[in-house]
This record gives sequence, C-alpha cells and structure tokens, in this order.
Amino acid sequence: MEEFSLSVAAFYFMAGLTLLGAGGVVFTENIVYSALSLMVSFFGVAGLYIFLNADFVAGVQVLVYVGGVLVLTLFAVMLTHQIAEIEVSNKSVGRVPALLICGGLFLVIAKALRGAEFFTTPGGQVSESSTYGIGNLLLREYILPFELASVVLLAVLVGAVVLSRKEVIAPDGTPVPERETIPLTEGQRVMSSPRAALAGAAAKQKVSDV
Amino acid sequence: MFDAIGLQDFLIVALALFSLGVYCVLTRRNAIGILMGVELILNAANINYIAFSHYGSANYDGQLYSIFVIMLAAAEAAIGLAIVLGIYRRFSSIDVANMKTLHG
Repeated sequence: MEEFSLSVAAFYFMAGLTLLGAGGVVFTENIVYSALSLMVSFFGVAGLYIFLNADFVAGVQVLVYVGGVLVLTLFAVMLTHQIAEIEVSNKSVGRVPALLICGGLFLVIAKALRGAEFFTTPGGQVSESSTYGIGNLLLREYILPFELASVVLLAVLVGAVVLSRKEVIAPDGTPVPERETIPLTEGQRVMSSPRAALAGAAAKQKVSDV
Repeated sequence: MFDAIGLQDFLIVALALFSLGVYCVLTRRNAIGILMGVELILNAANINYIAFSHYGSANYDGQLYSIFVIMLAAAEAAIGLAIVLGIYRRFSSIDVANMKTLHG
C-alpha cells in the first residue's frame, strides 16, 4: 500500500472524472444532461493534461472547450427544442451491435497496448512551465501552421455566418438568394419603402396645394 | 514521483474515451449527440499526443499538435452546429434518420 501516493490518487480521480463524464454523455437519455456530462469530461481531461505537465494546453482546454465548444453546444441544444421528449431528443438505436464493435475494439487495442514496449525517456520530461517553449515553437518553426490556423478560423467565421443567416422569402413563399431581386410592380416598390412613400405623399400634397 | 503511473495508463484511459466516443457516434440519432461523440474522440487523441510528448521526448511537439487539434475541434463544432441549426430550420428535426432528401 506504500505505492499509493497522492499523485496516483490524483490520476485515478482525473481518469474517473473523464470516463464518468464520457459515460454520462453516451448513456443519458436527456441531451441537456449529455452536454453537462461533457463539461465534466472536459475538466477531467484538463486535469490529466496538468498531470502530464502540459499546463498551457490544460488552460487552452478549459478556455476553448468548456468556454467555447460547450456553450455553443448548449446553445444548439436550446435552440432545437423538443429537448424534454426523450424519445425524440436523444434516442439511441442499435445498442447491441455498437456495444460489440466498441467493446471488441477496446479489448483488442488494450491487449496490443499491454503487450507493446514503448520507448520512454525517464529523464527527458520537461518540468518548467510549457508556455515559453510552446510560444517559441509557434513563432519560429511552426509559424506556417500557426498562420494557416488563423486563415482556417476566418473561413469558419464566414462559413458559420453564411450557414446560419436568414433566407429571404419571396411573396409566393419560395426562398430566394439574397442577391436576387424580387420582381415588383411600381406601386409595390413605393409601398415597400417608407421614405419613398412619404416623398410621394408630400409631392401629391404640393400638387393639391397648387 | 510518477513511477506508479506510466504511459500505458494514459493510453488505456484515452482508449476507453475513444471507445465511448465511437459508441456515441454509432448509436445516437440526434445530430448534436453525434457531434459530442466526435468531441470525445478528439479529446482521446489529444490525451495520446500529450502522453507521448511527456513520456517519449523532451520537446513540445506533441503539445503543439494537440493545440492545433483543439483549434480544429472548435472550428468543427462551430460549422457542425451551424449546419445542424440549418437542418433544424428546414426539416424541424435533427434526427439523422429523417434526413434522407438525397436518398435515391
């Protein structure tokens, strides 16, 4: 029992948190509970990163996943209603074949891992804060992927706006692209623009005054 | 200090997380649930990257790759959820079994 140190306990706590959260994501029937279990799992993974001396990545994990992806997921869950109806909202089908596939996958890979010999360097672990090293690498050797990442994020920004904007609906009910102008008669065009309607009324008033 | 916990323990945790993610993707019929499964799979890959980076080499390459994976996961979530919302607006359902407009 002397091997049971604090770090081992911390590892099992973090691993248990991660896997319990993942189990909640997979097995709960309500999708809101799934999203909240996902948060528990993300925090567990961040704890595992801290255990592996990756403090910067742990911070990024909490900021991006818990602060960004999870909030986005919750927004999507809330915007698509029917969340209370279990049968509609989070139905699972084909549990038995999927369980066989995933269980078989797990057992085969776990057996392979147990039998494998990995080359590890016992003294080569980085112990100081990793932010300095990561920043150096990002702005020197990995400058091209770093800049490409910004281009990808810009494309994602534009793409998300384009995908989620409202479509313009023509009077006959068919959706039209925004660039296409809807054919209107002269009277309708005047009606559609309040300023033009006011100007027309004012002009008529002047004519009647004269 | 870290003698008791080795590389293989992290790999087993990541493998379990990956298996749960694959199970989630295979069984869920809710499109948002499938995206959550994909997030679990990407997290498992990140744990592997950082575990190998910690135990295998003395540099930060593995951590850097995991940061890029996190960036792509955020992009995937944004675009995926925008597509899901678009599907919901058109079909009033996000059950992937109902999306068979392209079914010939």
